[in-house]
Amino acid sequence: MDMEQGRQLAQSFDEMGGPGGDCRPQYRVIRSWLDGAESELLRLKREEAEQLFRQIGITFAVYTEGGDPERLIPFDLIPRILDGQEWDYLERGLVQRVQALNAFVADVYHEREIVKAGKVPEALVLHNESFEAEMQGFTVPQEVYTHIAGIDIVRTGPKEFFVLEDNCRTPSGVSYMLEDREVTMRLFPELFGQHSVRPVSHYPDELLETLRSVAPERCSGEPTIVLLTPGQFNSAYYEHSFLADEMGVELVEGSDLIVEDAVVYMRTTEGLRRVDVIYRRIDDAFLDPLTFNPDSMLGVAGLMQAYRTGNVTLANAPGAGICDDKAIYTFVPEMVRFYLGEEPMLNNVPTYNCAKEEERHYVLDNLSELVIKLVHGSGGYGMLVGPRASEAELGEFATRIKAKPEAYIAQPTLALSTCPTFVDTGIAPRHVDLRPFVLVGDRVRVVPGGLTRVALREGSLVVNSSQGGGTKDTWVIDLPEEPSS
Amino acid sequence: MRLQVQHRTAYRYDAPIPYAIQNIRLSPRPFRGLRVIRWSIKGETGNELPSYIDGYGNIIHCHTVNRWHQQAAIVVSGEVETHDTHGMVSAPEPLPPFFFRRNTPLTEPCEALRALAAEGEGLSSLLDRLHDLMERIPRRVIYEIGETHAATTASEALAAGRGVCQDHAHVFIACARLLDVPARYVSGYLWTGSEENFEASHAWAEAFVPDLGWVGFDPANGVSPTAAYVRTAVGLDYWSAAPLRGLRQGTARETLEVSVQVTAVAGQEQSQSQQQVVS
Amino acid sequence: MLSRTANNLFWMARYMERAEFVARLLEVALQMSGMKSREGRTEWNSALIASGCEAGYFAKYDEVTARDVVDYLARDPDNPSSIYSCLSTARQNGRSVRTALTVDTWEAINGTWLDIQVAGRQRFAIENLDNMLSWVKRRALQFNGAYNNTMLRGDAFYFCRLGTYLERADNTARILDVKYHVLLPEYEQVGGLLDYYHWRAILRSVSALRAYHRFYRDRISPWNVAELLILQPQLPRSLRGCYDQVTGNLDLLAGQYGGQTGECHRLAGEYHARLRYGRIQDVFDSGLHEFLTETIDRSIVLGKEIQRFYLM
Repeated sequence: MDMEQGRQLAQSFDEMGGPGGDCRPQYRVIRSWLDGAESELLRLKREEAEQLFRQIGITFAVYTEGGDPERLIPFDLIPRILDGQEWDYLERGLVQRVQALNAFVADVYHEREIVKAGKVPEALVLHNESFEAEMQGFTVPQEVYTHIAGIDIVRTGPKEFFVLEDNCRTPSGVSYMLEDREVTMRLFPELFGQHSVRPVSHYPDELLETLRSVAPERCSGEPTIVLLTPGQFNSAYYEHSFLADEMGVELVEGSDLIVEDAVVYMRTTEGLRRVDVIYRRIDDAFLDPLTFNPDSMLGVAGLMQAYRTGNVTLANAPGAGICDDKAIYTFVPEMVRFYLGEEPMLNNVPTYNCAKEEERHYVLDNLSELVIKLVHGSGGYGMLVGPRASEAELGEFATRIKAKPEAYIAQPTLALSTCPTFVDTGIAPRHVDLRPFVLVGDRVRVVPGGLTRVALREGSLVVNSSQGGGTKDTWVIDLPEEPSS
Repeated sequence: MRLQVQHRTAYRYDAPIPYAIQNIRLSPRPFRGLRVIRWSIKGETGNELPSYIDGYGNIIHCHTVNRWHQQAAIVVSGEVETHDTHGMVSAPEPLPPFFFRRNTPLTEPCEALRALAAEGEGLSSLLDRLHDLMERIPRRVIYEIGETHAATTASEALAAGRGVCQDHAHVFIACARLLDVPARYVSGYLWTGSEENFEASHAWAEAFVPDLGWVGFDPANGVSPTAAYVRTAVGLDYWSAAPLRGLRQGTARETLEVSVQVTAVAGQEQSQSQQQVVS
Repeated sequence: MLSRTANNLFWMARYMERAEFVARLLEVALQMSGMKSREGRTEWNSALIASGCEAGYFAKYDEVTARDVVDYLARDPDNPSSIYSCLSTARQNGRSVRTALTVDTWEAINGTWLDIQVAGRQRFAIENLDNMLSWVKRRALQFNGAYNNTMLRGDAFYFCRLGTYLERADNTARILDVKYHVLLPEYEQVGGLLDYYHWRAILRSVSALRAYHRFYRDRISPWNVAELLILQPQLPRSLRGCYDQVTGNLDLLAGQYGGQTGECHRLAGEYHARLRYGRIQDVFDSGLHEFLTETIDRSIVLGKEIQRFYLM
C-alpha cells in the first residue's frame, strides 16, 4: 500500500468501526462472529458459496475481456449492515428523488417547464444523446416513465450519504441482491436467527405489481407481461431470465414478438398471444428498427406505433435514460425543488461540469485529486481516478477534456466508507457503495437495502463488476430498543 | 390550388414471405397553406390502415401483413387545397426550433460543408443567406439518380458532387445548422406540371428564421415551396421523415413497383366529384 | 408457451440424446476395434457413418485412425455432432430457456457442460476413453432422470420427450442401417464368430443384450435382433418403443392445446401404425435397408412438420 492509499483508508469511515474503534451497534453480532470464526472456516464457506453460485448459473459476461465469457462475480461473505433508522431516512430520500426524476422525464417530453423556468439549460435537454424526439407529446400510462430506477449511493460518514449516479435506463444488478441474500441464508442460517433482517425476496412480486399497475388503459382483465431481453449473449442475461422466472412471465426476444395492426403479439405454441406490458432490457436505440436504429436485429418492428397508440406499455419508457446523463445529474436537487416543492433529502456529490470554462480550469488544475467521468459513460468505463492515476494517464485525460469538454464531468475523490471484507490476507476493510432499486407504478415501492458493491482490491474505489468489483448481501436490521438507563 | 395524389407502391417477392411491415409517412400535415380535402392510405385488401402521430407531429400509418404472401401494395390517394405562402409554414409544432439544431450521422459536418456554409458570409440578412445557400447547392451536387442511396451522408454527397433531392436537403440542413440555424428535412409530393412526374415524390428542407418561423427551401429546384408542394413529414433527417420504412422476414428478393401521380384539378370539377363521392 | 422456448426444449433434449448416442457408438467401436466387416470397413469407420460424420471427418483427415475418429467424435468443437458440441448445444438451448427448466434439470445440463469444458481442452487419451464414455452415459441418464422426475407434466415436458424420442428413433435406425448387411438372413448361414460379435455389439449399443436373451432365450440371430430393435414395444430404444412415445407426446400436446392437430400428428400416427401392426417378415421382404432409410427420411420430415406446427 502506498502512502496515498494509506491516507485514503485512514480517512475512510468504516461501517463496522475501525480496528481500534468502537463497534457500531448494528455490527455487534457480526463482529463477535468474525472474532470467533477461523479463516479456514470462512475459506470453506467461500468455496461453498462459489459452488452455489456456479450451480445456479450466475454469470456475468464482461465486455472487453477475452477469456472466460462467463466469469463469476465475486461474492463477499460478510454482509453489509444498515440499521433500520438509517435506512428509513435513505428510503424517504430515494422516493423523493425518483419522484422528481419521473416528473422531470414527463416534463422533458411535454412542455419543458423546467427549461422555460431557466433551471435546466435547453441544450442539455434537447441536444442530449438520450433525448428521444419520438417520445415528444406522449403521455404514458399512469404518467410513469422511470418504472425501475437504480440509485447509486456512497457514504463518507455516519450520516453522510451522497447520490453518485441515477440509473433510469435499464438498471441491472437486482438479481445479485436477491441471490446474495439467498446464499447468505443458506451459508449462515444461525446469523439470521440472531437478527431481525428485513426481507428482500419479495422484490419480484413488487416488480410484477408495478408492471401490472401500468398496463394500458384499454387492457381489461389480467395484463400479459413479458420481459424483453437482447438474448443470452447479453451481459445481464442471467438477471433477465431470473426475474422473468421469479415473476412467472415470459422471457422474450425481439423475434418472439410481432406487431400486427398496432398490436404486439408473441409467438406461442398455440398461436399469437397479445402482449400488454413489456419490461424491456434492451436499449432505446434497438427497440424498433422502423423508428430507431434501422440495423437493429434485437427489437420489434412497429413497437413504437403500438406504444404510442396505447396498445402496449414499455417499462422503462424510451427516453427515460436522459436521467442517467451525468450533466443532468447535477440538476436533480433543483428538480426536487421545482417539481415537488421540497428540499432534497439526499445530496449530490459536488460535480464540476467541464463544459463550463471556469469549472474546466479548476478541473485541469486539480486533475490528480478528482475523479473524471464521461457524461454518457457507465459501468466504470472511460473513468479516471486522479489520486491513483499515473502522470501519463493524467496527461492523456487533460488532452481529452480539452478536446471535448462537454463529454466530461469531475468530482472530488470521496473517501468511500469501508466494510469488513474477507480477502486473501484475512478480514480487511474495503470500499463499498450501494445501489437500492426503486419501483414506480401506481405507487412507489422500495425493498429494504439494495445491492452493495465492494472494491476488492486494496485501496481501490472502483466497485464496478466489470472492473474487479464484488458484491455483498445488504442487511437492513431493526435493533432492539436500547434499555434506557 | 387543388392537387390530387395517387401513389401506389407494390411489393413483389420471388418466394413467399411470412411477414412484412411498413411505416408510412405520407399523410399531409395541414398548415395555413394546406387543407386536406380527402386522404386515405389503404393496404391491398382495401383496409384502412391504423395510424398514430409521432413525436415530430407526423401522421404515421402502419401496414402489416402477417401471413405467407408474395405480393402486397400500399395505395395513397387524396386531395388537398394549397396556397402559396412563400415557403412559410405556420402550424403548431410539438418540438421547439432549437431541437432542430442537433446533428445526426447523416448531417454530420465536415470541412467541405463548413466551407460551403461560410460562402454567403457577406450577405446581411439570414433569409438572403439561406436563399444563397439553397441556390449554391444544386451547382455543387448535380442532380443524378443512382449515385447515392438512403444512407448517403451530406458530407459524402457533397464530396461526390452528385445526388438527388434527398442529398440536396441533407447538405442544406447540415450547412444551416453550421450557421446555428435550426433546420429540418421535409418529405412530400410535388406537382411539376409535366407529364413525366419523375420528382412527384420529393424532399426538401425547412429552416427556422426568427420573425418568420419555419421557411421551406427546395435546393433541388432552387425555390421556396409554392402551392405545388404537399408537405407530408418532417424530421431531423431522412430517417425520421422517410416516406416509407419497412422490414420483412424471409430471404426472398423484393421487387418494388412505384407509381406516383400528382395532378392539378380545377376547383369546380373537384367539388362535383366530391359530391359524387358523398352521394 | 413461446414457440422459441418449445424449440429450445426440443433441441436441448435431442442434443443430450445425441451426445449419448455418439458415446454408445464409440463404446461399440472401442470394444470391436481391430475387427473389420465384410466390406473391409473398420468399426471406427462404421461409427463415423452411423453418426452422420463421415463427410466432415474426411474433410479434415485423410484416413481412418482410432485416435482421430475418437477425437473427431468425442471432442472436436468443429464437429457439430461431437459429444463436446452436442453437450454445448444442449446447454446453450437449455440456457436460453432456463426459466422453463427445473433446477435439477438445469444443474444436470450445466454441470455436464462445466465438466466437459475442462475435459475438452485436450485430446482424450484412448486409454481413458472408456471412463469418459461411461461418464457421458451417466450424465445423460442424470439429465433424463432429472427432467423426467422433476418437470411438470405439461407442454414443456412433452416437447422435451418429443425431442428425446424422435432423436432416439433416428439413432436406432442409423445404428441398424450401418450394420444392416450383417442382419440380412443370407448371412445367418455363413455367419461365423465375427458376425456373432457384430450382433452382440449392436444389441449392446442400444442396451438390449440382456433384453434379447429375455425375449428369445436362444443364440443370437440377426432376424431376431432386427425384430427386437424395430418392433418390440417393451424395448425403450426400439423404433416401436420410440414412436409410442413420439405419438403419445404429440397427442398430449394436442390435448393440452384444445385438440388442435396438424400434419405432424398424422405423419407420426401413420408411421406408428406401421410399426405397431407390421411384421418382421414384411420388413425383410420389402428390404431392410430400404425400410431403415425410409425411417430416417421420415423422421426428418416429421421433425420439420413439428417445427412448422409448434416451434416457429
